[in-house]
Amino acid sequence: MTELLSPTLLDPSEPSGDVTADAQGLTARSLSPRQMAWRRFRSHRPAMISAVILLLLVLFVLLAPLTARYGVNEPIFRTEAGRSNRYLSPRAEAWFGTDDIGRDLYSRLIYGTRVSLAIGLSAAVIAVVIGTAIGAWAGIRGGWFDDVLMRVTDVFLAFPFLVALLVTRNMLGEIPWLEPIVGERTSIRFVILLLALFGWMGVARVVRGQVLALKEREFVEAARALGASNRRIVVRHLLPNSIGPILVALTFSVVAAIIAESTLSFFGFGPQPGADATSLGLLVGSSKENVLTGNWWMVLFPCATLVLLALTINMIGDGLRDATDPKLQRGNG
Amino acid sequence: MLRFVVRRLMWAVPTLLVVTFLVYVAIRIGTDPVASYVRSNARASQAKIDEYIERNGLYEGVDGYIRGYFRWLGGFLSGDWPRSIKGNQEVWPDLKNAMGNSLRLAGLGALVGIVLGCGFGVLAALKPGSIRDGSVNTTALVMLSIPPFVSAVILQMVFAVYTRQWFPGARWLHFPTSGVYPPGHRGFDLIEMLRHLTLPVTVVAIQSVAVYTRYMRASLLDVLNSDYLRTARAKGISERRVLVHHALRNAMLPIVTLAAIDFGLLFGGLIITERIFEYPGLGNFFLTAYSNGDFPQLMPWMVIVVIAVILFNLLADLSYAFLDPRIRLD
Repeated sequence: MTELLSPTLLDPSEPSGDVTADAQGLTARSLSPRQMAWRRFRSHRPAMISAVILLLLVLFVLLAPLTARYGVNEPIFRTEAGRSNRYLSPRAEAWFGTDDIGRDLYSRLIYGTRVSLAIGLSAAVIAVVIGTAIGAWAGIRGGWFDDVLMRVTDVFLAFPFLVALLVTRNMLGEIPWLEPIVGERTSIRFVILLLALFGWMGVARVVRGQVLALKEREFVEAARALGASNRRIVVRHLLPNSIGPILVALTFSVVAAIIAESTLSFFGFGPQPGADATSLGLLVGSSKENVLTGNWWMVLFPCATLVLLALTINMIGDGLRDATDPKLQRGNG
Repeated sequence: MLRFVVRRLMWAVPTLLVVTFLVYVAIRIGTDPVASYVRSNARASQAKIDEYIERNGLYEGVDGYIRGYFRWLGGFLSGDWPRSIKGNQEVWPDLKNAMGNSLRLAGLGALVGIVLGCGFGVLAALKPGSIRDGSVNTTALVMLSIPPFVSAVILQMVFAVYTRQWFPGARWLHFPTSGVYPPGHRGFDLIEMLRHLTLPVTVVAIQSVAVYTRYMRASLLDVLNSDYLRTARAKGISERRVLVHHALRNAMLPIVTLAAIDFGLLFGGLIITERIFEYPGLGNFFLTAYSNGDFPQLMPWMVIVVIAVILFNLLADLSYAFLDPRIRLD
């Protein structure tokens, strides 16, 4: 009896299947939920293809000194009499063409994607950590605390995203004592914190829902009977069991942050990553000056990179959700 | 039902006060209205500046913010709105025009999204796991991954430059890429207006079609797997009748809620599209006012957006209770 009540056996995250199978002398190996999720993810073809593409893209971007053909600010050649390096359409010297001062768009895209991926990933991680903490706290405490937190979340969610970003950006930039923490208004750190500040609400809702659903289950009751504190229950039992939805939320947060960075840059409110760096947002933003002049490569390639990045990460998130949420299975059956 | 509405409306008042106060503080810190006024009106006398401060309640200090907020609120509620700092214009007529334009754009975008999205969603859900389902799902995800400014910029490039270059004869293909009417146009002209709306609505619809497709598919799948549908089939009702009378009606419930919430968000969320197509709607109004630091224009804009969000959320809850007899509000 005591063995059955022990939290490890009842906790669905523990790979307890092998033990019982061996005890009963069965030869078929049963899988832990995590292994089953991995198997389901692998059978989700679009997600697997996206994962491979994204992995290649990330490798490509991380190896920037090798894969890029020119430096960030290096013109492909010096302008001489009769041979200008400005706005060259795609050709052998510059696969994706050149910009207004003769820099190679292909190399700049590689360097820019690197910066934007870093911004998106760090903003998303911070947002997910904040969201998880708030959601778990609200879920386990309940009562008025939960009410107030969820009201705040609603207000954050309801307000037009871009308006909130712009107004908050200026407000934070004007408060002098915040400067040492958040940095200059155009710094990368500032943008990361700004995006994180507006990115946690969705995650908080998801985690709260998970905690509310799980906290009545037997394994939590068992842990409580053994004297576990709220904190221990959340950290040891509830969060490990919610890892699927949290991971899904993380992938969608990365996309949201990358797109938000580009949107801010598009309107001229984005980060300025310094003289010898660029970001995907800046490159996409510079497309708007080239729409009416017919320099299609300045529009097409940055936009395509952004969409490819967003699409692959979205696909992975979709696959992860199908893999970790057994409820959705029948829909794909 | 009535009690629920009254209680929600009573809650809306304090929410509105708190949110507008926060917005007031954020805008005052973020845009520095007095400095913006001086920047826009370089030759304004000190008396004029003082009058501007007094009219808008832009007092200094912590207590000045609280006093100033109520000064602003009083003026706002009495309908005696201060004039804009740029060009000394009345705010309400411009705001009203912008609201009309935005409603048209958002309404059409949402309509296209609901009609096409629900259609695709049903197509996908009827054969789950099929190639049709997979391609609809993938297409929706591709559309969701295209940020609105990307589709706007690409459409603008294609229709402002390339269709004119490649098909100079096909005038019907030359969709205008800015404004509501051609420059210098006066009066009402439905055809011209719709031609100008085509590209912005497409941009909005790309997002909304994708959202509604995914939502409709999930919702219908949920219903198709439910017990009451199995009961209906077991009673011998034809498949067609099961689908139209039982499944679709119930699957539409969450869509109605989504439409109401989505519409409240669309209201302020068209900023990107409107900016790129120079469409004189609420989003453009906001961006211009914001870059000028035009306090008398910004605050009413914010109030309208907050009211819209609260109102449409209420509408969403009400419609849900109205359509779904399982839900009682009191």
